[in-house]
Amino acid sequence: MFITCYNDTLFPETGRAVVRVLERLGHSVEFPAGQTCCGQMHYNTGYPAEAMPLMRRVVDQLYEAEAVVVPSSSCVAMMRDHYPKMAHASGDATLVARLQDLLPRVFEFSEFLTKRLGLYDVGAYYPHRVTYHASCHGLRNLELGEGPQRLLQAVRGIDLVQIAGLEQCCGFGGTFAVKNAAVSGAMLAEKASAVLGTGAEVCTACDNSCLMHIQGALHRERSGVKTRHLAEILAGEEISQSEA
Amino acid sequence: MSQTALDPRTASAFPIAAKAAIADSQLQKNVRHATEVIQRKRAAVVGEIPDWQQLREAGRAIREHTMAHLDFYLQEFERNCTRAGGVVHWARDASEARQIIVDLAKASGSDEVIKIKSMTTEEIQLNPALEAAGIHAFETDLAELIIQLGQDRPSHIVVPALHKNRQQIREIFRREMHLTELGERPEDLADAARTFLRDRFLRVKTGVSGANFLIAETGGVCVVESEGNGRMCLTLPETLITVAGIDKILPRFQDLEVMLQLLPRSATGERMNPYNSIWTGVHANDGPRAFHIVLLDNARTSILADAEARETLHCIRCAACQNACPVYRQTGGHAYGSVYAGPIGAILTPQLQQMEHAQSLPYASSLCGACYEVCPVKINIPEVLIHLRSQVVSHNTAGIAGLFDGEAIAMKAMAAVFRSERRFRAAQRLARMAERPLVGKDGWIGWLPGPLGGWTEMRDLQAMPKQSFREWWEKRGADGW
Repeated sequence: MFITCYNDTLFPETGRAVVRVLERLGHSVEFPAGQTCCGQMHYNTGYPAEAMPLMRRVVDQLYEAEAVVVPSSSCVAMMRDHYPKMAHASGDATLVARLQDLLPRVFEFSEFLTKRLGLYDVGAYYPHRVTYHASCHGLRNLELGEGPQRLLQAVRGIDLVQIAGLEQCCGFGGTFAVKNAAVSGAMLAEKASAVLGTGAEVCTACDNSCLMHIQGALHRERSGVKTRHLAEILAGEEISQSEA
Repeated sequence: MSQTALDPRTASAFPIAAKAAIADSQLQKNVRHATEVIQRKRAAVVGEIPDWQQLREAGRAIREHTMAHLDFYLQEFERNCTRAGGVVHWARDASEARQIIVDLAKASGSDEVIKIKSMTTEEIQLNPALEAAGIHAFETDLAELIIQLGQDRPSHIVVPALHKNRQQIREIFRREMHLTELGERPEDLADAARTFLRDRFLRVKTGVSGANFLIAETGGVCVVESEGNGRMCLTLPETLITVAGIDKILPRFQDLEVMLQLLPRSATGERMNPYNSIWTGVHANDGPRAFHIVLLDNARTSILADAEARETLHCIRCAACQNACPVYRQTGGHAYGSVYAGPIGAILTPQLQQMEHAQSLPYASSLCGACYEVCPVKINIPEVLIHLRSQVVSHNTAGIAGLFDGEAIAMKAMAAVFRSERRFRAAQRLARMAERPLVGKDGWIGWLPGPLGGWTEMRDLQAMPKQSFREWWEKRGADGW
């Protein structure tokens, strides 16, 4: 597992949920302790030189894994879309080769289930009204397609409702949320309004970055609507306590 | 909207301009409505084409090839255009282009010109230069007419008056055309414009146009349009002056097959533009007697020189990216402080300024990728945005002053933290301690200081969990939990 810096720090429950689902399916999970961050924030904000050593670290930390599961589509997009260019620019042939070897073994969590394991029903139980938000990186960069929604549809007890403007960006965009707070807030207002329009108790997605953003507005409005990462919904079981 | 010039050198930074735009609810309504309508139309006609993705790839390949051999094709164009009786002028920058056009207009003996909509003429700020030389330029494209009469500025590449609704347009016509009675149906407004413009078409001897494409193989120029004003301006005047960026070149006539499928479907959601005009040089007893084309560089060659930004020049000015952009949807075009707004504006405008101005524009994006998805020639706008951001950072961190750039210092510090597991864990513990005073009773933070305050302007932030994932992992009991 590559937990990602922000999940490790802010959303450990997502990591726990991923472990729960994978172990329930009979797989064993390892956590290379030296992992920190994929470098996306630095790279996207205009600091590629600072991102380089972080990329090397990721490759070194994950190289031995049979498969790498990442509960964040933006971090996987960073690796798939930008790491190859960065490695090439470094002129380090070994790095390029190692990266090329590693990348096909790296999966975003939902695509690990649907594409690598070929599973849609992971034995989950989550008796709540849920709506799904399609995070931009998952949607456009990773082309997750219908995968996440089909995983949700297979959850026992779930009442899945479609959101209006499913593919519209929530406005987080990393440092964009702070550098262009007004526009980010306006985009968020539309997304939050769409979530509330579904009557859902829970809004889910494959990225906690989006969900942190959306929850920020939903909480500010005292709406009572919560956000939960897809993994936490799939980790739901009849016996275990729901965190909702 | 006042007549403030859309000049990237003096425009407000995007975050500031955007804030004002968001507060304008009428603007937001107009922009949302217009972009939603065009997006729906685009989706419908694109959906009709079974090989749309291959068509996009063909378009991309044509543009990439063109830019790789731009010098060759430009010279080929000059040769063929000249042979057909056209006169080719080369303009290094906006100032040179303005001078050439003003001189040509004066030499044509007319103190008026009729214009087809051309973003390139807006880019070089031609109209004020003509006015200063005593030449009045009449805009004949309906949207540009609205802009001109309303003393406004364009806010969208294809639909420049998108930020205005029908009622606002009617008001402008009533006032400027001195019409006491004017209906409010679209037909009434079109009729008023038609009457107003007919007089000019038949009277004015000199026309100024832009170009959609320049065909190197034939020396021909292609203009596509919806209203017919282009056809009038290209055929009736005695002298025609066209100005076009050097990036408008296509190698062969046949390349129009691909481009004229991509462009109208992407731009206005039509299968083809109602009027497609291609002319080559001059012809005896048919159309203008004198044809001049001004080829404009204005920093395009510097963009060409930057391998990672070169694809910016592939743009065919369809504005599909503007219609798809969730940021543009909130702010409209004026907030970008340039005639090129939205995603393409965010990469083109700063580069046309040689990265000396409009440095906030590459950050005017959440990198959602909706633009890349709809771009008919597959420009990877998010990638170019990131590339330009690194250039802005290099600029900001250069020299002695650059050492004190706050953001760079913070970024370097965070990178140092991420390079070490020990430092990362220490930083996590430190952050948990530091935020404690900000956390409310319900476990949420409603206010953050300094630059982070942008977050809490309209969002709450949940307090950090007491235990990180890795701390939990380390403590896993025998049963794993």
